Amino acid sequence: MDDDLKTTVLNDLHVGLGAKMVPFAGYSMPVQYKAGVLKEHLHTRGSAGLFDVSHMGQVILRGPDVALALESLVPVNIAGLGENRQRYGFFTNDAGGIEDDLMIANRGDHLFVVVNAACKDADIAHMRTALEPRGIQVEQIEDRALLALQGPQSEAVLAGLNPAVGDMTFMDVATVELVGAECWISRSGYTGEDGYEISVPNHAALALAEALLADDRVMAIGLGARDSLRLEAGLCLYGHDIDTKTTPAAARLHWAIQKIRRAGGDRAGGFPGADLILQELSEGPAMARVGLRPEGRAPMREGVELFANAEGGAPIGRVTSGGFGPSVGGPVAMGYVPSELSEPGTALFGELRGKRQPVVVAVLPFVKPGFKR
Amino acid sequence: MKFTEEHEWLRVEGDVVVVGITAHAAEQLGDVVFVELPEAGTEVSQDEEVVVIESVKAASDILAPLDGEIVEVNSPIVDEPSKVNDDPEGEAWFFKMKLEDMSAMDELMDEAAYKNFIG
Repeated sequence: MDDDLKTTVLNDLHVGLGAKMVPFAGYSMPVQYKAGVLKEHLHTRGSAGLFDVSHMGQVILRGPDVALALESLVPVNIAGLGENRQRYGFFTNDAGGIEDDLMIANRGDHLFVVVNAACKDADIAHMRTALEPRGIQVEQIEDRALLALQGPQSEAVLAGLNPAVGDMTFMDVATVELVGAECWISRSGYTGEDGYEISVPNHAALALAEALLADDRVMAIGLGARDSLRLEAGLCLYGHDIDTKTTPAAARLHWAIQKIRRAGGDRAGGFPGADLILQELSEGPAMARVGLRPEGRAPMREGVELFANAEGGAPIGRVTSGGFGPSVGGPVAMGYVPSELSEPGTALFGELRGKRQPVVVAVLPFVKPGFKR
Repeated sequence: MKFTEEHEWLRVEGDVVVVGITAHAAEQLGDVVFVELPEAGTEVSQDEEVVVIESVKAASDILAPLDGEIVEVNSPIVDEPSKVNDDPEGEAWFFKMKLEDMSAMDELMDEAAYKNFIG
């Protein structure tokens, strides 16, 4: 293993559980445990899975009108976000692209944001540059781990440690004591299932992970199943399905931009690339992110080129994430196609090993969400 | 049983050899979700891609271990790719082939050499 890789505070636990460790965003992370990706995936959907996502960036933003300040970087209604509520958002750039996606929680006297591991240094620099001149403190939280407990049994399992978590609904956040430590919890996740994301002090992270894994309903889950779970849930993976060149409208993330930030809204625009992004939202994008169901059994993975016809013609789009969906029981993918070919049911072709194979535009998500609303 | 550096095993069965992937390869691949087999009757040369196998992680090609003709393929693993993980060196063989030159088997690794090869 590369010596330059960082490890999370749960590294010994992963190794002890027999995880296969791989480099990911500068960290040595478990891609799978002994059960393997397929079983880990199905266990999460059927019961509960525990994920170490401590590589992600946790940041506290504090200062005068902090919500309005963050709105200068993120096209989301943050000032209207209720206390102890969380919302999905993204940093945009001047070209209307997406620099990263993030979760934003209103924790009363501050905002708590979680950003992607691979982008966290850039995101934090970006926030410091833009927000510090406005009197906002940008504090990276490095003394906390981040665990995710996902799946239909998550509430029953976590309520065993503290019943207060049962009162939370989807996208609620709360401060809750678990294994004697102050945890910052949100009822959210990246699998399409009900569940929680738990920011826990480093010193208590192992005790919390062990307490959860001691429950027969919980299995440790690696990054492999995390990817297939989020793919079936139709959720974007930054750097793949969305990046600096994809716009919110093309990525079909328009739902994350509330009316108040759109043309005609009280706080319309005011974020990087606003003119382009808002214009594209009202006119419709040229390309659109869609779900794709290959008709055969062969997975169509990232980079597979898409065609309108079985023969001839130039590629009309490409797959940005794809693989086998264990809960679907077949291959699933997401990709970008011209908007006029983005209707569910549209028959397309994906080129696999030089042969064009049929693939149909599908409704996202591929699995019914299990959120507790 | 003989082995290739591509993690295939070959077992002589009368005048043909049965070919599959080793338990070590199956474990490295992870859960297999797709297998595409050649057609019986196909003439193949050594190192030619003959089987496509996809796991939850990635696609891999299985190469013809030696020159010869594919005489039979194990179709049930196409319908149930997970057999490749369950019994890679038994039930989940890939194909049987008639070798151009049976003595070519001598150049392949025996079990001790393969164990040494995978460390």
